[in-house]
Amino acid sequence: MAPEQWIAEHKIPVGAVMAAVVDVVRKHGLAVFDVITDSVGFCADGLTTLLLALPPLLLVVAAMAGAWFLRRSAGLAALVALGLLFIINQGYWNETMATLSLILFSTVFCMAVGVPLGIACAHRPRLAQALQPLLDLMQTLPTFVYLIPTLILFGLGTVPGMISTIIFAVPAPIRMTQMGIARVPRSLIEAGEAFGATGRQILWKIELPAALPMIQAGLTQCIMLSLSMVVIAALVGAGGLGVPVVRALNTVQVDAGFESGFVIVLLAIMLDRVCRPKDSAS
Amino acid sequence: MSEGINAALEFRNVDILFDRGNRRGAIEAALARLDAGETREEIGRALKVTVGVAGANLAVARGEISVLMGLSGSGKSTLLRAANRLNRPIRGEVRIGNGLAWLDIARCDDDTLRTLRKTRIAMVFQQFGLLPWRTVRDNVGFGLELRGMAPSIRRDIVAEKLELVGLANWADAHVHELSGGMQQRVGLARAFATDADILLMDEPFSALDPLIRRKLQDELLDLQKRLKKTILFVSHDIDEALKIGSRITIMREGRIVQTGTPDDIALRPVDDYVAEFIRHMNPLPTIVAAAVMRRFQDLPRRPDGMLDGGRIAIAPDAAIATIADRALAIRSHGAWTQGALCVVPAQLSLGEIIALRQRSGLPVLVEAEGRLVGLCDDADILQALCGEARFRAG
Repeated sequence: MAPEQWIAEHKIPVGAVMAAVVDVVRKHGLAVFDVITDSVGFCADGLTTLLLALPPLLLVVAAMAGAWFLRRSAGLAALVALGLLFIINQGYWNETMATLSLILFSTVFCMAVGVPLGIACAHRPRLAQALQPLLDLMQTLPTFVYLIPTLILFGLGTVPGMISTIIFAVPAPIRMTQMGIARVPRSLIEAGEAFGATGRQILWKIELPAALPMIQAGLTQCIMLSLSMVVIAALVGAGGLGVPVVRALNTVQVDAGFESGFVIVLLAIMLDRVCRPKDSAS
Repeated sequence: MSEGINAALEFRNVDILFDRGNRRGAIEAALARLDAGETREEIGRALKVTVGVAGANLAVARGEISVLMGLSGSGKSTLLRAANRLNRPIRGEVRIGNGLAWLDIARCDDDTLRTLRKTRIAMVFQQFGLLPWRTVRDNVGFGLELRGMAPSIRRDIVAEKLELVGLANWADAHVHELSGGMQQRVGLARAFATDADILLMDEPFSALDPLIRRKLQDELLDLQKRLKKTILFVSHDIDEALKIGSRITIMREGRIVQTGTPDDIALRPVDDYVAEFIRHMNPLPTIVAAAVMRRFQDLPRRPDGMLDGGRIAIAPDAAIATIADRALAIRSHGAWTQGALCVVPAQLSLGEIIALRQRSGLPVLVEAEGRLVGLCDDADILQALCGEARFRAG
């Protein structure tokens, strides 16, 4: 018997173990997953319904005002308004709103988990070391692989799409927050200590403000990564701009494919310009 | 220790070591070797332990400016930072007078330490340590904010301290809009704002260009006359140390080499290391008339009973002076006119004496306690400038 044959015959059951784990989790935790699916799905779909209930033009004006309020740039406000009008013109308003609410939910979750975790990592190098391979895995493991257990546990719909999005996007805010906090100049921390700051005061009054541009960059990255997942989310049944792309792919429609593709890019540009960190003053 | 009674801050047998290797027991082993007299190079190589400060004893009296001097790596900043425990001594005490009792900063609990840092000990940093996203006002109020003081009360105190450092109109500016000198004034105002009685200054003016540095030194001395803080000041600049220090401590390789008044250091250096610093100082602002002059009592007498001052002759009672038997008027240095001899106080700097000598073309007379006591002519000035003998008088 050739050695490689022997090696092949004694296969280490990596796949079987993972399958068994998922099976056990499903058997014993089904109720929990149902609750998550129902509540998260209800909120995300509810937000989509709410956005769709409002007159589109009112939302366009609100988005324009929001862009102006955040960035004080007439050009950006115009870009947002024109972009949204283009989306209405192309007939993708409903899908855009569904995608927006999915991105909003996954981004809020990613930031809520990512920023505290990033802070913890910056303060505890051991934790950062332990988390490092996990974060690498989350970003490099092909999405379709963890889509399968997600489907088993959460069924078809918005929630598995959101879970996949979160798994892919959450490393960004964790890493950026960690880097931002770790790069706060030692002299600023010492200034805080020298004037009697507690650990909490140093975090809130020195570390977080100093790391804010990096955290904001993490937010922007998180949004962009979420947006890049819309097509995959559509594959497992989440609504939004991925749906027409998938449909165009299945029916080989060049025109519909490019239309929805452009809308996704446009949405990405608008969100990026509104959320990216301001150029820091010299 | 008799010095300790008036001291506001006192270091006693302070050893500060840093463990670079994180090996168990390395610090204890390093202390044992230190006590056995090994040098810090030997300890550093053998144990990966850096000896920052070893066996430091220093008392800082209330209201004085005590300067720690030394080359970089001499441990001066390390010792300063032990005063508010940014560096924690491994052995020894850092005592601060607290009411009637002494408190050991090196060993007190964290709450006490924070209270001391909020109310008793403030710090000014070399790189300013200002928070760039805050306005000048919010930077100055930082220490008060940490105490939990209400913004309305804070505002008044901050305005007062900004007035003190001459930045009243800059309260709403952001830090990056200010020049380096102004930024360090903000750092000073922040330190004053907490009304701490002890001020730690870690090379506060080193990052500034020389003109601004001198200006801020003057301002600090001026403020100190009014505020009477206890200041521990780190510098690597002997001119700065001599100018602002009421006591100077010279450090070398983590140990204190000499502590004394500026005169002690300048006139009686204990070893070549200290003398080397002194050789490189700028004599013009530092040396005073009293150290330059030839004393009348040392002058030879001429046959006619006048004192022989070289170009001029002076009556022993110093009432008359002549040059080539022509009488000269004697005027104090405020009311001096062309053709008269100029009288200066004994504490006038060498630089100013040279300027007066140059304008009058005549020797400069020195006055102490209302009497003329000596004169400075070219030979005396040159001798003072060229070294050695310049340190003869106090």
